[in-house]
Formats: sequence, structure tokens, C-alpha cells
Amino acid sequence: MWKDKAMRLLMLSAASTSIFLVALIFIFLMKESAPFALKPGLGALIDRQWIPVSFVQEHFGILSLVTGSALVTGLSMLFTIPLSVLGAIYIAEIASPVEREILKPFIELLASIPSVVLGFFGLVVLAPLIKNLFGLGTGLSALTGAMLLTLMAIPTVITLSEDAIMSVPRAYKDASQALGASDLQTIFQVIIPAALPGIIAAIMLGVGRVIGETMAVLMVTGNSAIMTWSPLAPVRTMTATIAAEMGEVSFGSLHYQALFWIGLVLLAVTFILNVIAQRVLVRYGMMK
Amino acid sequence: MVETSPFPADTEHVITTSKVNFFYGATQALFDITMDIPGRRVTAFIGPSGCGKSTFLRIFNRMNDTISGTRLEGDVRINGEDIYENGSNVVRLRRKVGMVFQKSNPFPKSIFDNVAYGPRIHGTHDRQQLAEIVEKSLIRSALWDEVKDRLETNALGLSGGQQQRLCIARALAVGPDILLMDEPASALDPKSTIRIEDLIGELRNEYTIVIVTHNMQQAARISDYTAFFYEGHLVEFNATKKIFTKPREKQTEDYITGRFG
Repeated sequence: MWKDKAMRLLMLSAASTSIFLVALIFIFLMKESAPFALKPGLGALIDRQWIPVSFVQEHFGILSLVTGSALVTGLSMLFTIPLSVLGAIYIAEIASPVEREILKPFIELLASIPSVVLGFFGLVVLAPLIKNLFGLGTGLSALTGAMLLTLMAIPTVITLSEDAIMSVPRAYKDASQALGASDLQTIFQVIIPAALPGIIAAIMLGVGRVIGETMAVLMVTGNSAIMTWSPLAPVRTMTATIAAEMGEVSFGSLHYQALFWIGLVLLAVTFILNVIAQRVLVRYGMMK
Repeated sequence: MVETSPFPADTEHVITTSKVNFFYGATQALFDITMDIPGRRVTAFIGPSGCGKSTFLRIFNRMNDTISGTRLEGDVRINGEDIYENGSNVVRLRRKVGMVFQKSNPFPKSIFDNVAYGPRIHGTHDRQQLAEIVEKSLIRSALWDEVKDRLETNALGLSGGQQQRLCIARALAVGPDILLMDEPASALDPKSTIRIEDLIGELRNEYTIVIVTHNMQQAARISDYTAFFYEGHLVEFNATKKIFTKPREKQTEDYITGRFG
């Protein structure tokens, strides 16, 4: 009897580890960042300038970092969504079994490339290309980062979208074809609408992946904290800022706390994206 | 084989097949089927599972084309036209030959959009015109009174029997002459089954209906002619009354009396 109870307890604690860890991380983030909220106050974060180390006046405005992240993510989605959705449609609906056998392993391979290797590729190949193409002073720009992030997001979005398309019941396709619809009409008027919630969730998770990506953007976006909406300008993202500065910051300083606030904002954004994706899936019965 | 034709002299045969053989890859599913199906009558296909009756039904609207590795030999004509001829128009064929499936399969769209789907893909976009088609089709399929106040709600909220009648309305909306039904009531409760059977009775004078069924009582109740299939062969085709009272073949008799199947 006591063995059953002990075993049960053991398994329960194993299963709850992740809850415990998430709570711990959250508490830790709050604890480290809390003093900043009292002095100089959260208003200091809403500032265009990020000058965390200065002999004159320090600025902890994260606005330029937020726009940097938003610009890179938005651009990346501009490439990712059409490429992934069209690719997923092809793989799920049109490709012959042989084509599928060839395409799928390559997509999985793309997913397994370490981001630092992709970053290296971006630095050596992509950045010079963009520099010459647009006649810029530097090829390190939001666009370069977005293109790399697209490579990283595509496997996730394509695979999940393909799952969503594949899970559309065969009976819908039969019904549409029996009414005289062409393959294209069937795909765009029956299958895609039926798979749309799954595709939207896939895109949301892709956005989450892109916004949280650090290494590649750190290497190719130029890292200048200026507020801009130009795709060809160098930008600095939230993640790159934390990664670049956390190593050198003096422990417990305002700069240190501000970096934690950036982390909290990132956490909030990805959390919200996940919740929306889950809601969409549950609402349309694609997840319990 | 057939001594006397079961059909009255003035019968118009809408679907005619001659020496049809059908293959799934290397497996032959149908053998030398020659059969004339009369217009504006209900013809039932009966036989044990795997006898080829559904495969044969799906030849008439070329739905087997969607399965890779299938092959057909022989001649299949609808209103005299060879539907497997090179360059024959599948879209036009399927407008004329509607199909209702075993499991009701409405799209996850509104009731209105389900019925309007066919007309829309064939180029009708006028809202007023679509509304008329939808109403007419739903009245025809005996569903209008139940759904007229909620045409914009999702079709998946309907009961199983209502969904199947919606699928019939959807098939009728493109204006077919022939309706193929592949065990349309086998997944329904008895009450919904009766409604579908009544509906077939109402449609019989306007459409050529071919129905595959597992249920012999159903075939006896609703059909004018019955064809019995066994292991890919057409064993017997005759007036339903004849088949169920005085079958010519021993195999048919064994099947309808429940000795096998």
C-alpha cells in the first residue's frame, strides 16, 4: 500500500516539474526586475533611447528594441507565411508520394541546422548580397535578419500547416469533387478553409519562434538601437540585447534590471501568442 | 442469359455499360459487367461487402479516378455519351451525375454555403439567384422547414439525418439528372432512415436514382429494379419484385434469404 502511494507521489512530482520550474523562473524574473519598477519607475522603459552605460545620463528605453523585434518578425512573417502555406498545400495535396519523400527530409534538415550556423551563413553570404543589391553601407540589416529567421520558421510552420491540411477529412474532398469542383477549387474553397484554424495556430507558433530567436539576429541585424521602420536599416532586437549585454552588466545595477524587464516583455508576448494559438485550436475543435 | 427483358417496351436507358472490367492495381474488382439502367427509376445494387457494387457505382461519375492505380476497361455511356472517352469533360459529367455518400459529409460551412457551394463553383454568384437555388434544393430534400430560420448556422450542428438530407440538397443544387447514393442511410437511426427512404420515393419521378444498399428490406421497399453483385460479377438484374419473389439464380436466392452475406 505505501509503495503505491510513494510511486504515485514520485510520478506526480515528475509530472509537475515543469509547472514548478515555470513558476520558479517567473518568480526569479520578478524578483530581479522588481526594484526597477519602484525607482526609476516603469516609465523609464518607455523611451526611444537605449543607452544603458553612460557617464552623463543613462537611458533604458526599450521602444527601439521592441520596434526592432517587431520589424524583423513582421518582415520574416511576410516571407514565411506565403512560402510555408503554399509549400504545405503542395506537399499535402499535390505532391506525388515520391516528391513528398524527397521534400520532407529536407524540411526536417532545415529545422535541425543550429541557428549559429545559419547566422554564419547570413554573415558571410546573405549580408554582402544585400549590401551590394541595395548599395548599402552595411548588409547587416533588419531584412537580413528577417530572411534568416524565415529559414528558421519555415520548417515549423510548414510541418504544422501540413498536419492541419492532412487532417481535413477525405470526405470533404470527395464531396467537393463529386459536385464537379476542380482540384484547385477544392483546395482553396474547402480544404484550406477547413484547415485554417490549424494554419493560423501554426503561424502563431512560427511568430513565437521568430520573436524568441537570438543567435542569428544577434549576428546579422547590425545591433544598433535606433528606432526605425526601414527594412534596410540595422536594428537591434530584444533578444539580441539581452544576449549581448547580460554577460558584461554589473550584477544588480539598473542596467541589469532593465535587461530583466526586456525578458519579461518577451515572455509576455510569447505567452500571449501561445494562448491565442491554443484558443484558436480549441475553438475549432482541433485540440481538446 | 436474360430470356425476357425486365423493362417495359418504352424504357429509356440512361446509363449503359458494356463489358466493364475494373482493376485496383493488379486486383480485378469487376468482371465483364454489361448492364442497362433505366431512367427515372430507382435501381438498387445489393450484395455482400466487397462484391464491387460501390466500385461500380463510382464508375458512373468517375469518382474512382481520384484513387491512384485504378484502371477501367469496357464501355460506359450516359445518355449515349462515352464518359471515359479521351477529352470527355469530368466537370460536366459530375454536374449531371450527383452523388450522396455513406457517411454524411457536409462542409464545415453554413447550411446556406453548403448548398450554394456547387452552383458557386460552376459560376453562379448572384445572391438572389443562389438564395432561390438553396431554397428550392432544401424544399426538395425535405429539410427546408427544419432549417429555414438558421441557414447561416454551421451545418455540423445538424443531426445525422438532417446532415444527410443536406448532402442530398447540395447534390440537387447543381441540377443533376442522375443521383448516385452509396448506402446513404447505413449510418442513420431507423427514423432518419425512413425519412431518407421517403425522400427517395419523392425524387424517383424526376431523377434516375442508383442506390447501393446493404439492407435488402430497403432495396425491396424503395427500388424498381435490383441488381445482385457477387465477387465482382453481376449475378442477376431484374425488376425488384421478381428478384425478391422469384430469383432466377440460386446465388441470389441464397443471399436474399440470408443464407450468406
